[in-house]
Amino acid sequence: MQLNHEELRRAYRTMRLIRDFEERLHLEFATGEIPGFVHLYAGEEASAVGVCMHLTDKDSIASTHRGHGHCIAKGCDTDAMMKEIYGRKEGLCGGKGGSMHIADLSKGMLGANGIVGGGPPLICGAALTAKVLQTGGVAVAFYGDGASNQGTTLESLNLAKVWDLPAIFVCEDNGYAESTSSSYAVAGSQIERARGFGIPAEEVDGFDFFAVHDAARTAIERARAGGGPSMIHVRLSRYYGHFEGDGMTYRGAGEVEALRAKEDCLKRFRTRVTEAALLPAAELDEIDRAAADQIESAVQNAKKAKPPTEADLLTDAYVAY
Amino acid sequence: MSRKSFRQAINEALRQEMRRDPRVVIMGEDVAGGAGSPGEDDAWGGVLGVTKGLVGEFGRQRVLDTPLSESAYVGAAAGAAATGLRPVAELMFVDFIGVCFDQIFNQAAKFRYMFGGHAVTPMVVRTMYGAGFRAASQHSQCLYPIVTHIPGLKVVIPSSAYEAKGLLIQAIRDDDPVIFFENKVQYDQEEEVPDDPYTIPFGEANLTREGDDLTIVAFGRMVQVANEAADRLARDGISCNVVDPRTTSPLDTGTILDCVADTGRLVIVDEASPRCNMATDVSALVAQEAFDALKAPIRMVCPPHVPVPFAPNLEDLYVPNADRVEAAVRAVMRHQGR
Ligand SMILES: Cc1ncc(C[n+]2csc(CCOP(=O)(O)OP(=O)(O)O)c2C)c(N)n1
Repeated sequence: MQLNHEELRRAYRTMRLIRDFEERLHLEFATGEIPGFVHLYAGEEASAVGVCMHLTDKDSIASTHRGHGHCIAKGCDTDAMMKEIYGRKEGLCGGKGGSMHIADLSKGMLGANGIVGGGPPLICGAALTAKVLQTGGVAVAFYGDGASNQGTTLESLNLAKVWDLPAIFVCEDNGYAESTSSSYAVAGSQIERARGFGIPAEEVDGFDFFAVHDAARTAIERARAGGGPSMIHVRLSRYYGHFEGDGMTYRGAGEVEALRAKEDCLKRFRTRVTEAALLPAAELDEIDRAAADQIESAVQNAKKAKPPTEADLLTDAYVAY
Repeated sequence: MSRKSFRQAINEALRQEMRRDPRVVIMGEDVAGGAGSPGEDDAWGGVLGVTKGLVGEFGRQRVLDTPLSESAYVGAAAGAAATGLRPVAELMFVDFIGVCFDQIFNQAAKFRYMFGGHAVTPMVVRTMYGAGFRAASQHSQCLYPIVTHIPGLKVVIPSSAYEAKGLLIQAIRDDDPVIFFENKVQYDQEEEVPDDPYTIPFGEANLTREGDDLTIVAFGRMVQVANEAADRLARDGISCNVVDPRTTSPLDTGTILDCVADTGRLVIVDEASPRCNMATDVSALVAQEAFDALKAPIRMVCPPHVPVPFAPNLEDLYVPNADRVEAAVRAVMRHQGR
């Protein structure tokens, strides 16, 4: 396991923050105050955190439309994220991007993405930068089972291997692309696809933080050591709909309830560390309270914050005609 | 005749054409929904429910949920069209066209001409466009000028439910590849729509308002915006023609030029980004063909040349509205020229 006390605390805190962020957004979205499309990551926290724990700001990640968890795991400020989701000027992207486009380049977060399969090619580029400039950095593409069927993703696997890039492909397979099951839409196996390109690949239980963390360490150490790309197939599930407002009639009766009861990365983490006497329950409870406070103030601050000004419409563009 | 929403009009057009012609198939992401999932079949009927119910009547052989692979299935639609089917592929948001553009513009668009007239490609790509959904830069674009630019494609932008049904049936029966644009904020708008199938020919503009002072040419949802402005202006004694070209390829240049000849003044309303869009295209046409008829400079009402912003207040500033059209018309009317 090899995580020290502070790392264990950080892992739990980050997963808890993501969970609270998403659970709260679910409630706030229902009030009608949040504009646009919101895709929640609740249930999948162990993937983002298990991978990003190994990264620093010099490493890049590319995210997806379901990006809040990746953002938080990569160190984006939750206040500025929440403001972005509310369309405020002080948001991470000045209110111009919203939930689907949160980015913070200073943290190596290359953006959530509205185009499925948009991220993997970008990660080849980020990995190329790291390689050419010898930064020691690596680049990670998070992508869904749906995105695994995009040409861009398959081309990127090939390119990463051909150029021997320090790239890690993390397929977050939550079983669905919108309402379509991956059992219908994904032919063959994710790891065999990667192996077909000569890329080492591993499947992990995405509700088990430690399993993801271990697989990510292997892949990231390999990339940092010049060993080229790796692929990790993370099996997990989402607790909410594809986006907020999805009636989820395609899911089985009781599916989500059963999942929440049985498969919860936070509960599993808690059981594991308390049973092994690595972290006392009281310390975890304290982290829970602090996370709740942090999210509460993020929401309050976002609600109070101002929208962009009229002049902002025409900034950050090449041509104003 | 009965009241139908834009969504129902499209659904009915698809259903009636699928009944009429067994070669018509539809395909796209979640067009039925629930494929391989434990819950309901036909769980979505498209992301906004436009194709709901079709899989129940026609089965999964003809209503095909696709993997998330636009390049493959849009290309498959082209290949199927060239070999005997009449596919209607749904490209959820037109912003995703980037992923599959080659299959549209180098493949489908070129077959008939490049193969010396020996091929037909009767396919339709139905796709959503337009701002107003708070959906930000990658889910709000118009992009119809980009496909209008490609020879070999036909491009349709219905402005209402009635228009949508007749134009979609026409599109499915047409032997060329057609890109069919549906405005996502219009799906719930209702109007009287005939129950029986009917077609609206391509390249024949519709005059939604008639007037003597000025001509407004508008595209898609902007026709409604233009109508609203024209109605307000009429109360002030300024009477406008509003021209809905219905299709940008082919474009009914005759009606546009006739209207400009009658009124001598032109305002064009286009929600697409302002460079090389339909407004610039129509301006160039009129400047070349009807210069002597013009009493004032042409005005274009378009968004600014920036991506569609997320924040609601910015998006509202971005999209052309009736106030801006009205102001443009008044400015043209004030012009002291010839
Ligand atoms: C190119 C493209 N096609 C389609 C969509 C619409 N869309 C958004 S998310 C999604 C499903 C994505 O599934 P997956 O990659 O498995 O990620 P998940 O939503 O399960 O996290 C689809 C079809 C899109 N945004 N971009």
